[in-house]
Amino acid sequence: MRAPASELPIRFEAVSVRAGATTILDDVTLTLDAGAPTVLIGPNGSGKTTLLRVAMGLLRPSAGRVTYGGAVDTPPIRRAIVFQRPAMLRRSAGANIRYALRAAGVPSAAHAARIAELLALVGLAGLGERPARRMSGGEQQRLALARALARDPAVLFLDEPTANLDPAATKAIEDVVRAVAARGIKVVMSTHDLGEARRLAGEIVLLHRGRVVESGAADAFFRSPATPEARAFVAGELLI
Amino acid sequence: MPTETSALELVLTGDPALFAIVRLSLFVSLSAVAIAALIGIPLGGLVALTRFRGRDAVIVVLNALMGLPPVVVGLAVFLLLSRSGPLGTFGLLFTPGAMVIAQTILVTPIIAALSRQTIEDLWTEYRDELTAMHVGPLRRVTTLVWDARFSLVTILLAGFGRAAAEVGAIIIVGGNINGFTRTMTTAIALETSKGDLPLAIGLGGVLIGLIILVNALAWLARRTDESIAG
Repeated sequence: MRAPASELPIRFEAVSVRAGATTILDDVTLTLDAGAPTVLIGPNGSGKTTLLRVAMGLLRPSAGRVTYGGAVDTPPIRRAIVFQRPAMLRRSAGANIRYALRAAGVPSAAHAARIAELLALVGLAGLGERPARRMSGGEQQRLALARALARDPAVLFLDEPTANLDPAATKAIEDVVRAVAARGIKVVMSTHDLGEARRLAGEIVLLHRGRVVESGAADAFFRSPATPEARAFVAGELLI
Repeated sequence: MPTETSALELVLTGDPALFAIVRLSLFVSLSAVAIAALIGIPLGGLVALTRFRGRDAVIVVLNALMGLPPVVVGLAVFLLLSRSGPLGTFGLLFTPGAMVIAQTILVTPIIAALSRQTIEDLWTEYRDELTAMHVGPLRRVTTLVWDARFSLVTILLAGFGRAAAEVGAIIIVGGNINGFTRTMTTAIALETSKGDLPLAIGLGGVLIGLIILVNALAWLARRTDESIAG
């Protein structure tokens, strides 16, 4: 898979998102650059999902702007996202991937091989004929990952990909995330599972009440958190 | 049709007059549903996926038109197609064509209104995924129609039920002419008023049997498809 320069770095420049009187993201300035996975952590409602949606280009900021390799308003050709609750098309697992391949303009001659490769990558080899909506939650999450990867993205956004999954299913997802990152795809994911953040993150962004409280290299963040919020979070206290 | 013969006998002996009536009924109602689907599904999809001024009014009107009284539609089509009417020159009044037109007008709002609701609900579910996949407007519509196909088939069946069951519109624009525009429902109305109740009851049984058959076929198709697509 290629990793072109066009999408990265993704820069948030004083981005705010407001819905009525509520401020969901508050003056966020942030750079997402190539390298190990960036993990967004923070309590529910801290703005993780909104930040991912803005980064993907699904949501326009109320103020500020987002640039992709210096350009604004680039279509999401080399970006892909796995939603927290992915919607499976009413087709077989393989047909779900085929749909994404077609949407990405991959010639049909290459579909069969790519589908098999992607299913194998997420550990669903041989399950291509299964109706996607009858698969288990963990399988659907992995299929959504395969579907996102069908776009051959340079950046992959994952919104709490392991929420509500058991340890085995969580491990399966985390293994795929590592494999994806090893291929040079920039992974940006959210979680409120501190253990998962420790296992996967190269870089941490802590969000609280719509603001970036602290961000930086993961080991430094976990070793010596600089802010009271980060210290509380790392110590496992409830950050409300 | 000899009124002294029992309806069961007519069916069992394959009475040609009875079969002509059944054939015409199916032709008129299936044609009307087919045309109404070609108009109603794209129309429902269009209203579901676009935002424009007066959209709420369009939805209310579409929903209200589901309850169009067949006799009123019959009267309106009668006036349009009568010799002195705006479309009188086509000479369609009292032909099966007129009956197809009337039933199409009855069925189109049902298919459009229910398709609009179905496609809009599915769009709510798919919006984020399709937007993230950068799918263009036309592909969105075809994707939604395809993925809603099970519900859309049920909607077509509702439309077919409406068409096959109604008598008010086709009796006015078709005229219930023996051997030409007589359908099961118009024949039942006629035989009942003539007092030939056994024949009317027999025809009623055949009509209900046909509606069950069409629904059974659609159900079978759906089950087969569903086992593949989920």
